[in-house]
Amino acid sequence: MTPEERKDLEEKIHAFVGREVSAPTRGLDDVNAPMIRHYCEVLGDENPVYTDAGFAEKSSKGGLIAPPTMLQVWSMEGYPMCQEPEMDVQRELHKVFDDSGFIGVLGTNTTSEYYRDLRPGDQVTTHCVIDSISEQKATARGIGYFIETLYTFTDQNDEEIGKLVFRVLKFIPNDSNEADASDDSGDDGMPETPSRIASPRGHDNAWWWEAVDNGAVLIQRCKSCKTLRHPPRPMCGECQSMEWDSIESSLDGEVFSFTQIHYPKFPGYPYPLVIGVISLSEGTRLIANIVGCEPEDVTIGMKVKGKVEQVDEKTMLPQFYPLPVDKK
Amino acid sequence: MMNTQTLAYGDVAVGDKLPPLKIDITSGLITGAAIATRDFTPVHHEKWAAQAGGLPDVFMNILTSNGFMGRFVTDWAGPDSTIKGVSLKLGAPNLPGFVMTVTGEVKAKDDYSGIVEVAVEGENNVWGTHMSGTVKIELPKEA
Ligand SMILES: [Zn+2]
Repeated sequence: MTPEERKDLEEKIHAFVGREVSAPTRGLDDVNAPMIRHYCEVLGDENPVYTDAGFAEKSSKGGLIAPPTMLQVWSMEGYPMCQEPEMDVQRELHKVFDDSGFIGVLGTNTTSEYYRDLRPGDQVTTHCVIDSISEQKATARGIGYFIETLYTFTDQNDEEIGKLVFRVLKFIPNDSNEADASDDSGDDGMPETPSRIASPRGHDNAWWWEAVDNGAVLIQRCKSCKTLRHPPRPMCGECQSMEWDSIESSLDGEVFSFTQIHYPKFPGYPYPLVIGVISLSEGTRLIANIVGCEPEDVTIGMKVKGKVEQVDEKTMLPQFYPLPVDKK
Repeated sequence: MMNTQTLAYGDVAVGDKLPPLKIDITSGLITGAAIATRDFTPVHHEKWAAQAGGLPDVFMNILTSNGFMGRFVTDWAGPDSTIKGVSLKLGAPNLPGFVMTVTGEVKAKDDYSGIVEVAVEGENNVWGTHMSGTVKIELPKEA
């Protein structure tokens, strides 16, 4: 994104701040005992002031109340959410982001305040505005903007009964291929299986992954005291020197520890899936998959030999085989 | 289990730990609670929709997580307590087959309002923290 494109996007999105998302809307159902009971049943909430009228009558509540955390439930549009939603200001704003590549969306926070307990018969009207949009932020998910939407709830007497701030991140996914996969349906209408999660490459470790892309596992070495270290980092833990070079590993090693991933099965990974901590003969340790044998046959101390291999369309990884290595 | 005796404000001290709550996450809970909160977004009941977003299965909606924050604290505080607010930070999704353990600790008390702040954390056994945040709850001055 060029600075001009960014400026253009930010002008467009900031014009949304303060805009009402839709006219104040009264909930489709007023607060009512059956919906409260259904909610409590599923969430396992046994609080008798929600569902036991006799108990509630005698309690300090003086009658049934709704769980305060149901406040937003009274405003939900329901089954039409399954279909293509109608355009409103919020969806228009999301579309502006989408058109600039910020196609990811993630709810990150909600902050609710409840000013009074609601009772069956109360009417809930929702008012909703785009409250704020952050500066551009670098997040773990990718570069994006936080949008805060403010919901204010009023009752049949126009009294405020609570509010909710909902914070959403609109972002450019770090792995843009993953996001593309969602549009890329196969013939049967099912989404394509995603590939493996891409290695996170930053300032201090990208060189290491680039060497793997070219078939080599490198080990960082301090230039002043020659201590080897892994994973890559800027400073030597022994002498605090920031000067470093690297050596290539022979990929001879043994299993220091290992685990097998059973659940959940991530699309794009082969199962059974064994992950080992490998003690390399050079002295550093490396986390990698152990392949070429049954998971039951993996033992601590087992001698292994690594090979850098292409494991999917776009991923090169070191993988470790039990000795003797099958020479192909 | 729900505590039917309400704690009084004076009974509670900063540092008190709440009894942990274990929740088995199933497709039934995820979808049933999405519907009970009137959230029909497809990712909470349609597996292919969740997979299109990069997750292996349907996942719990925010309103349900918010509901568990409240339930966890009122289970401890009792029926005469009053929830005043929930701030919730979302982490890793809750998927079928996971088990979420919710823990909490009293972090602050306000003598004037009688409101107690409880820090709550829900951690699933597969991907770690699903939710964390604070529940503000008003307790009666005397039980
Ligand atoms: Zn050194």
